[in-house]
Amino acid sequence: MTAHAPDLTAIPEVSSEFPGHEHGHLEDLRHDPVGLLHRVRAECGDVGRFRLADRDVVLVSGAEANEAFFRAPDSVLDQGEAYPFMTPIFGKGVVFDATPEQRQEMLKNQALRGDMMRGHASTIEAEINRMVAGWGEEGEIDLLDFFAELTIYTTSACLIGKPFREELDASFAQHYHDLERGTDAIAYVDPYADIESFRIRDAARERLVALVQGIIDKRVARGPIPREQRDLLDVLISLKHPDGSAYYSADVITGIFISMMFAGHHTSSGTAAWTLIELLRNPSVMTSVVAELDALYADGLEVSFQALRSIPHLEAALKETLRLHPPLVLLLRVAKEEVELGGFTVPAGTMVGATPRVSNRIAEDFPSPDLFDPDRYVDPRQEDLQNRWTWIPFGAGKHRCVGNAFAMMQLKAIFSVILRDYAFEMAQPADTYRDDTSKMVIQLEQPCRVRYRRRSR
Amino acid sequence: MRVEADLDLCQGHQLCQGEAPTVFGFDADADVVVLLAPEPPEELREAVTTAVKYCPAMALTLRE
Repeated sequence: MTAHAPDLTAIPEVSSEFPGHEHGHLEDLRHDPVGLLHRVRAECGDVGRFRLADRDVVLVSGAEANEAFFRAPDSVLDQGEAYPFMTPIFGKGVVFDATPEQRQEMLKNQALRGDMMRGHASTIEAEINRMVAGWGEEGEIDLLDFFAELTIYTTSACLIGKPFREELDASFAQHYHDLERGTDAIAYVDPYADIESFRIRDAARERLVALVQGIIDKRVARGPIPREQRDLLDVLISLKHPDGSAYYSADVITGIFISMMFAGHHTSSGTAAWTLIELLRNPSVMTSVVAELDALYADGLEVSFQALRSIPHLEAALKETLRLHPPLVLLLRVAKEEVELGGFTVPAGTMVGATPRVSNRIAEDFPSPDLFDPDRYVDPRQEDLQNRWTWIPFGAGKHRCVGNAFAMMQLKAIFSVILRDYAFEMAQPADTYRDDTSKMVIQLEQPCRVRYRRRSR
Repeated sequence: MRVEADLDLCQGHQLCQGEAPTVFGFDADADVVVLLAPEPPEELREAVTTAVKYCPAMALTLRE
C-alpha cells in the first residue's frame, strides 16, 4: 500500500446477520444472498461494501454506477479471478470466460452466429417434442427436473453437436445438476473445502469425464468420418501432438464442454420454469399469451420459423420473468487498477460487483418494482430499452450475455410448443414456488410441481 | 428519426443488418456495426425500430 492508496472504509459497509463472523458477510451470502444485496442498496445507496473472507467487495447499483461498471474494459475490471467456485467445475486450465476478442471470434465462427439460429430453432423444437412425446393426456412434472433435462439436450445439440447429444441421457443431466449444486460461496475461502456439496461436485465431474471418455472411445473405434458429419467432439479428438498422441485428454474436453454449456444451462432452465410459474400466477397474462400463440400457429406456421420472429406478449412475459428472477443475482469482477465508481475511488485488488436482482427492481426505473407487469415493455414505456443500465438480467456492456438472442429464441420455442398442446395448473400453493439461494448457482427449490392436461382443439 | 450506435457495446451479432440492410452495415475488421444512414427515411421506421428492439447487445438507440 502506498500513502496515496484510496481508503476503502470511505465506502459504507452493510450490516450483517452474522456480526463479527471471521469471514465477514460470507454467511450472509450463503444463507440469504438476495437479502444481503438488497440491504446494501437500502443501507448504503448506489455504492456499498461487504466483506467476503479476506476481500472487500464493492457493490454498485443504479444507472450511473452500473454504467461505469459495465463499460470498464477487462484491463480495469477483470472477471478471471472473480468466480473461484467455478475452477473445480471446469477443471484447471479451462477459463471462466473468454476475452471480448475471443467472444467475437465465437460469434463469427461458431454456434451462436445469427445465421445458425434457424437450425438451432428446429433442433430445439425437435428436442421439446421428444421430451413431451411420452406425456400422454395428463400428468405431473417437476419443473426443475424437466427443464434442466431439456436444456441439457438443447445446449449440447446446438453448441457441441447432434451426434454428441444422441449419446446423452438423463444421467448426464443429473451429474450436471450436481456440478451446479457444487457452487457454495465457501469457495471464496477454499474451493476444495471438505463439505458434502463439493464432494458430490467432484464425484459428478468424474462421472461426466467417464461418460465423455466412453463416447471418445466409441468415436476412435469407429474411425474418421467425412468432415461435414463431424461435431465439435470429433474436431477436438482429431487434434494431435506431433508424436501422434491426443492433444486434449477426456478430462480437458469434458471441462471445455462443461464450460460451454454452463452459461446457457441453469439460466435457461430456471427462466423457463419461472416463466411458467409467473404465467400460472397471472392468469390474465397466460390467457393473452395462449391467445397470441393460437392465432400465430392457427395457419400451420412452424415453431422453428416463428421462434425467430416477434411474439410480443410472450416476449414481454419472458422479459418480465427475467427482470424479477434474473438467473444470476451477482456479477463480479476484480479491479486490476484503481477505478472510479459512483464517486468513490476503488483500489486495485478489490472485488467489484453489480447486481441484476437489485438493479432490476429499482422503483424509480420500474414503477411497482415487485409487480409482474409485462405491459412495461409495450410502447412507449419500453422499460428495458429506457433503462439499459439497470434492466440487466443479461448483464450489460461488452460482456452482456452473447447467448441472449439464442436464449430468447429457445424460450419462445419452448412455450410455443408446450402452451399450444397443453394446459397447466399449479400442483402446490402459489407461494411455495421459490428459489433455493444457498448456492451461487440459484435454482428452483424442490418440490416445484405442475400438472398438465392435453388441450382439446 | 435518427439512429445511434454505441460501438463500445456492439458485439457484432449483425442482426440489425438483417432488419434494415440499407441503414446498418458491418465493419468486418473492427467487428462492429457501421451506420450507413444515420437518419433513415420514414418508411424504414418499422424495420429500424425492430433492429433497435432486438439488438442482442442493446447497442442501438432511436432518437425522434
